[in-house]
Amino acid sequence: MSETILQVKDLRTSFMTDAGEVKAVNGVSFELEKGKVLGIVGESGSGKSVTAYSIMQILQFPGRIIGGEILFKGDNLLEYSRKQMREFRGSSVSIIFQDPMTSLNPVFSIGHQIDEAIRLHTDRRGADIRRRTIELIHLVGINDPERRVRQYPHELSGGMRQRVMIAMALACEPDILIADEPTTALDVTIQAQILELIAELKAKIGMAVIIITHDLGVIADMCDEIIVMYAGSVCERGTTDDIFYSPSHEYTRNLLQSIPKDRKTDERLIPIAGTPIDLLNLPPGCAFAPRCKECMKICLEEHPEEIAISDTHYASCWVNIRKILTEEGAPAGAAVEDRGGETR
Amino acid sequence: MSNTQTKSVFGQGQLSDTDWNEYEPDGGNILEVHHLSKHFSVKTGFFKELPLKAVDDVSFFIRHKETLGLVGESGCGKTTVGRTLMWLYPPTSGEVFFDGERITEKNVRTLRRNMQMVFQDPYSSLNPRMTVEDIIGEPLDVHKMYKDKSERRERVYELMHLVGLNQEHATRYSHEFSGGQRQRIGIARALAINPKFIVCDESVSALDVSIQAQILNMFKDLQDELNLSYLFIAHDILIVTYMSDRIAVMYLGKIVELAETNEINDHPIHPYTESLFSAVPIPDPITARESHRIVLEGDVPSPLHVPSGCAFHTRCPYATEKCSLEEPPFTDRGHEHFVACWNR
Repeated sequence: MSETILQVKDLRTSFMTDAGEVKAVNGVSFELEKGKVLGIVGESGSGKSVTAYSIMQILQFPGRIIGGEILFKGDNLLEYSRKQMREFRGSSVSIIFQDPMTSLNPVFSIGHQIDEAIRLHTDRRGADIRRRTIELIHLVGINDPERRVRQYPHELSGGMRQRVMIAMALACEPDILIADEPTTALDVTIQAQILELIAELKAKIGMAVIIITHDLGVIADMCDEIIVMYAGSVCERGTTDDIFYSPSHEYTRNLLQSIPKDRKTDERLIPIAGTPIDLLNLPPGCAFAPRCKECMKICLEEHPEEIAISDTHYASCWVNIRKILTEEGAPAGAAVEDRGGETR
Repeated sequence: MSNTQTKSVFGQGQLSDTDWNEYEPDGGNILEVHHLSKHFSVKTGFFKELPLKAVDDVSFFIRHKETLGLVGESGCGKTTVGRTLMWLYPPTSGEVFFDGERITEKNVRTLRRNMQMVFQDPYSSLNPRMTVEDIIGEPLDVHKMYKDKSERRERVYELMHLVGLNQEHATRYSHEFSGGQRQRIGIARALAINPKFIVCDESVSALDVSIQAQILNMFKDLQDELNLSYLFIAHDILIVTYMSDRIAVMYLGKIVELAETNEINDHPIHPYTESLFSAVPIPDPITARESHRIVLEGDVPSPLHVPSGCAFHTRCPYATEKCSLEEPPFTDRGHEHFVACWNR
């Protein structure tokens, strides 16, 4: 029986800017099981990183969690004190950031920086710390660790720095590793090395991984489950096969049609019309409605409920709800038709 | 490159195997590049300077109405190729023929009327103090391509319409537009003087996935409408595959393989191409599970210290002693599939 390690319920995070409230995360719910890889995919501004930062509670001012629950092994993290949260970060959940160039401190050697993580989060002391650091650097596939610990970030390549970041994140054997665009800044051959490393370490240590990316290729490759986000809400979630082979939200469907396949064909890409949404003025209905080809009247007026398509697959899309209802031929189907069946 | 063992890079029988230098272009190709090199000198100490061979002896051609894709990891010299053949950097050696005419210091200004460039970053490549009308109209000013103000305005409106911008936006400034719209402005500017050839240097990499497809489709439509030829430079191999008729792969300043898109995709010959293409994450879970990544060891060597012989031999699983001593010739393996490798 798999064990749910992290549960996010109706998470809401807003940035109170001078221009108004930006609802960066607007009611996100998901579960993460032990040893699984969860992918969060979406465009820039869809709230995928803010979701991760909310879990870690490292939001930048003026960001604030305004509602919901984040349950880690049953405990609500939002009720943790600052001190508890400090202990939690790094030891239970670690995060690696997109840009390995700016996430490391340039004036300390990498050994010093990994030592610090170990000293703060474990009981190891003295020479034991350095021994563990060298072990970690070796674990993430950097050769000659004894020499590397004395080097500074500028002496390492981008791929190496990202490995150091991963070593630091693994210092206390966290239960969950959050990787926020871990390979976006890297070249494709180095990306392959890093992804391979994350998959390997996951198998070895048995941690759960959350990968945040806009690259559907990385998602298809790495993840067991996927959350598709748009404008701060979850459009659709399910297993990798659910999302790729039976997408049930119009946004997911359009997104998959708009990316090139691995072979050249005469098929044209089908772009998503319009521009990404302004988070300051969210529409009352489905956030994707203004760009949706299948948009109905109800889509503009009411936010769709999340509907279970199967045990693992959920989507919140009126088009999909209508489809299910017409297939069933239930009288309720007529109700939706009446309310907004006519296309715009 | 020695000429005796090298078959011509230029098919169509215009050039025999031995006499590169007596070659007279007949205008069959829009662009022909012969042994182009661009070396920079880099200060490595107070008195020390080292040559950086950003582009080293590169030859290729682009046919009329064709798209040639140029891929490679960062620092391999893709951008320098694009800039050098536009004469933005004067080449160290080698020749570039545009439509049969040799580009020299003297005629480059007139020839640039037919060749334009679309840059990577739509945020920094547009002057924030100019209106859209002036940005798009500037090439017209430079090449004195209108009689009076109203003709200029008409042409600007026509171009804005061509790239899908609303002509009412002509008086706005670039900061008022989204990334996708700014890239459209950049493309309109490139099209202003009716070029025959456009260098697209990472033109969509700064854009969101859903917007990328819009711009890629627009490039394709414009090619059909205006008979354009492209040099399409990008690090995203799926996008290059979608756009290009043929693909050239660069590694440390040299083209290692050049072939028709599906040919290079299905039957890569050079070990670097093979691993590069296998490292691309495919946005399809079943293919991703079946495919096998060839993960290269280590990082790209510094372009300041390019390995002797075949530059790839330090990371190549098939390398022999010969590879480290002699540089492999760039030869045709049939059907215009050019490869520089001793062992394959």
